[in-house]
Amino acid sequence: MRNLKMKKEFKVIADLLSGNTRVLDVGCGDGSLMDLLKKEKNIEVRGLELNQENVQQCIHKGLPVIQGNAETELHQFPDQSFDYVVLSQTLQAFYDPEKVLRDLLRIGKSVVISIPNFGFWKVRTKLLFFGKMPVTKTLPNTWYNTPNLHMCTIKDLFNFCDEKNINIKKVIGVNEDKTSLINKSNLEIKNLFSKLGIFLIG
Amino acid sequence: MNIKLENIKKLEVNKPLKLDCGKTINNFPLAYETYGKLNENKDNAILVFHALTGDQFVTGINPITKKEGWWVTAVGPGKAIDTKKYFVICANVIGGCMGSLGPRNINPETKTPYGLDFPVITIKDMIRAQESLLEHLGIKKLLCATGGSMGGMQLLQFCTTFPDKTFSAVPIACSSSHSAQNIALNELARQAIMADPVWDNGKYVLKNVQPKNGLAVARMVGHISYLSEKGMQEKFGRKLQEKADYEFSFNADFQVESYLRHQGYAFTERFDANSILYITRAMDYFDLSKQFKGGLTEAFNDQKIKFLIISFSSDWLYTTKENKDIVIALNASGADVSYSEIITDKGHDSFLLDEPEFLKTLKSFIDSMHEKFKNEKRV
Repeated sequence: MRNLKMKKEFKVIADLLSGNTRVLDVGCGDGSLMDLLKKEKNIEVRGLELNQENVQQCIHKGLPVIQGNAETELHQFPDQSFDYVVLSQTLQAFYDPEKVLRDLLRIGKSVVISIPNFGFWKVRTKLLFFGKMPVTKTLPNTWYNTPNLHMCTIKDLFNFCDEKNINIKKVIGVNEDKTSLINKSNLEIKNLFSKLGIFLIG
Repeated sequence: MNIKLENIKKLEVNKPLKLDCGKTINNFPLAYETYGKLNENKDNAILVFHALTGDQFVTGINPITKKEGWWVTAVGPGKAIDTKKYFVICANVIGGCMGSLGPRNINPETKTPYGLDFPVITIKDMIRAQESLLEHLGIKKLLCATGGSMGGMQLLQFCTTFPDKTFSAVPIACSSSHSAQNIALNELARQAIMADPVWDNGKYVLKNVQPKNGLAVARMVGHISYLSEKGMQEKFGRKLQEKADYEFSFNADFQVESYLRHQGYAFTERFDANSILYITRAMDYFDLSKQFKGGLTEAFNDQKIKFLIISFSSDWLYTTKENKDIVIALNASGADVSYSEIITDKGHDSFLLDEPEFLKTLKSFIDSMHEKFKNEKRV
């Protein structure tokens, strides 16, 4: 189930990117997205991943991957050395998301960021009616063991980009199999009904 | 050291080789060994570079020492580098003492062993000498080249000097230049040898003796640097060697002392003291960024070779940081590079040991590179 959803997100990301480009996948996991981008869009991929087992999976698939921590090791990638940098569902887990975001924008000509949307209606109702930190399919951890330090909503990230003068090229909301474009005029409603937000910025 | 080197594979290199020091060597022997078979498409050749005290006998039983090859954990039938599938080649470095030209060989000018008249060689000289072997074996492009420690240094040099000679490369636990600490440890080893009166300015070879005491101390220094503090504590602690209490003497009371003495003196049976001087010197002179004046990134410009760098968390001789610097430089030059740090307590020695995560990573990479290389050859 989780795997299928992952694939939907990756499909949306793959559709966002132009083919025959260079992509850095930050927190690339077992390399599923890199594999998809390489096979379907002839994209030259590179990955950065902390987990040893995942690193091994990538190497096994013949995908170039560097074992390392995005929070501290993005400095090794030169300015504007990739067409895109992808960060899937990890921005909220960094100590300093703004610093990481700046680094991504430095390395990539464009940046794709996906976030689990804390503004999704189910998340809101859990907190409102049960008075407990929400546990959902996209946010499976409880308050004491979650890696997520800086949860945000699609609206938060949208406003953040505005405030920091970061150019938003496209925002897509994902709910199960449905995707929709998000802009200023439908932001409130999409922020309520999207499980995931995928931003193309830079 | 009194070993017979008659029945080993040797290539007589007839091309003159101009060394970095300015001197030229002519008609020199290069000893080597191979394992497995080169296939028809010639897409399965893997070149292994050995470390400071290694030799060409990577796996199986070393015919000279009658002991297991130095990389039997990684290379062999069904191993990470599977000799049922791959053709593995390894040559003894020049300056060494397992059949390739070294300070024990006869100097054609004086008709006596070279000793210190042997030219000072570099890592680059070593790999340039080995290029002739690939030519001899009819291999235009290797599937992969690999090596740990000084083997990794040779490999980095090989990739920058001959960027078209290998499809992929796995430098392990190495550095692009020797640090002050590494030079200091090598100097300690050299001083131990040179302080032994038997050494006699390297002329001991004429008398067919070996400065065993000095060479053994040199080897002990090495052994300490190959282990981690934690690994050593776990292996030996303060355990005593076959005794209930201290002897109140300077005999080997502790197990760690006994271990070092044993390793040190066993080493003198198989390795030439002058070779240690020459090879450690070559390691100290190694500085890839110095060769490419702009720095390490320049060294890797336009690299098409696919790299996998591996370091070990408890290695204090060739640290993760030093290995990562190579990754950073490769990244900056846009090369295809993977990197993995293996978490272990076993120190620098890890690459020679049965470290499952390490061996799994090595196998995954080489097998996936083989698929890619076959495709490339098909196209």
